[in-house]
Amino acid sequence: MKLKPIKAILLLPLALTFAMPIASADEFTDADLERWQQQFMGVVQQGRGLWTSPELGTNGVACAQCHPNAANTHPETYPKFQKQLGKVVPMWEMINWCLKNPLEGQPLDADDPKMTAIQAYVTHERRGVKLEPGKH
Amino acid sequence: MNTIHKSRRSFLKTAGAAALGSTLPISLIELAFADTAENFTFAYISDAHIQHIEGTRFVRNWDRGLIRAVAETNLLVPKPDFVFFGGDLAQLGTKAELDHGAEIMSALRYKVHYVMGEHDYYLDLGDYWEQLFGAQYYSFNHKGVHFIVLNSIRTYDDWTFNRWPSNEQRMLEMAGLDNPNGSPFMVGEEQRNWLKSDLSKVAKTTPIVVLSHSPLQKIFKGWNFWTEDAEEIQALLKPFDKVSVIYGHVHQIQYNQIGNISFNSVMATAWPWPYPQSYAQAEQYLPKLTVPMNRADPFFERDATGWQFINTSNGNVDLHYTLYNNTARSVIYNTKTKQPEDSAYQSEDARIPPQTHF
Ligand SMILES: [Fe+2]
Ligand SMILES: [Fe+2]
Repeated sequence: MKLKPIKAILLLPLALTFAMPIASADEFTDADLERWQQQFMGVVQQGRGLWTSPELGTNGVACAQCHPNAANTHPETYPKFQKQLGKVVPMWEMINWCLKNPLEGQPLDADDPKMTAIQAYVTHERRGVKLEPGKH
Repeated sequence: MNTIHKSRRSFLKTAGAAALGSTLPISLIELAFADTAENFTFAYISDAHIQHIEGTRFVRNWDRGLIRAVAETNLLVPKPDFVFFGGDLAQLGTKAELDHGAEIMSALRYKVHYVMGEHDYYLDLGDYWEQLFGAQYYSFNHKGVHFIVLNSIRTYDDWTFNRWPSNEQRMLEMAGLDNPNGSPFMVGEEQRNWLKSDLSKVAKTTPIVVLSHSPLQKIFKGWNFWTEDAEEIQALLKPFDKVSVIYGHVHQIQYNQIGNISFNSVMATAWPWPYPQSYAQAEQYLPKLTVPMNRADPFFERDATGWQFINTSNGNVDLHYTLYNNTARSVIYNTKTKQPEDSAYQSEDARIPPQTHF
């Protein structure tokens, strides 16, 4: 699946903000809530696109091949002691491990919009599950 | 991160040595000597997912899985009567993938019977696969057992013939396990009619073993751990005394008993799939009987993959799973409880923490 450039999509909310009257910090409307949810779901969709993309790594393998619906990724357990790395890590370090090994690709920066999108997708698929940081 | 790469390399070296050498689990070899004259054994390799990158390049990880299973199956003593391949030899059904898979399989020193998987089928609807391996569904008798192979991964004609602009697109849509554009698997009317007439020639006391790619039972529709006309197939098999269904596709150990029918799944050589209960948004029906395999450790790339050795003791099947980085598992038909049971972990208090999936 080909992705739209992520940068353009992330800049969109910024542009909208400038176009609107300046609101007080703690005042927001149902319309705001809806818009923010849409922004989030847009990034989730980007993440789903990356998750199923053969182009994230170099060998055509996609994340979804081993993790349909991002199952068996357990975002609710991070940060945790990752026994194979011998230390406590946040989820993005494990994602990079997968990018480098099964996908034979390059790791992403922690704040790369693609990394944000992947984590948004994985966490969204896990919605409703209680937080259990550290659980193996 | 360098340390990981190093330890990974040394693991691969060890795994390579194991595939060439003498380290088959002893228990497997002993089980092959089951004493009753009617008993025989066969091996089962499944879900290799040979994946073409470009030119002569294929995904190394999946290649290694199949190469290892073939090499180890060749070491079985005494020799199995034949081997089944349970489907998904290819990833996207191309000639390059099927040829490459067939070439690796050609190292097997036994007769091989093939089952069709969706990854083999949806590019050309099995055309090239048939040229390599023969009919998409068939039956044969062996030492008093009637074997039936079904193509269980067909689907509604409208989805297959009218929905997609190209065969490549159709293949891609079905290849995504969790793709909402996919379509439920089914055996379909043509094969059900064939099955009915095939079974009409078989005595009710003859043990029957059915090989399909998808489970001929309904477990989780979202990932096609599912066959749409499962109940109709089960009804056709109901009049027989001993029926076993062995299926691939799920890349994990599952087993169940429905009436007279025992169900056993086989593992993949490529990669393991999560148990459906680990998808929090899913409604799923993993058989209560199933003790799951251990959660996979991705740092061991062959963990939770493998092949199986099957013993038919008087018409029931016992499956022995070779788990490369875990203790081997055996799921044996218990003639007292009349259901398949794990030989070590079946009772609740025998379970171990890695078998808990969440
Ligand atoms: Fe498969
Ligand atoms: Fe499959």
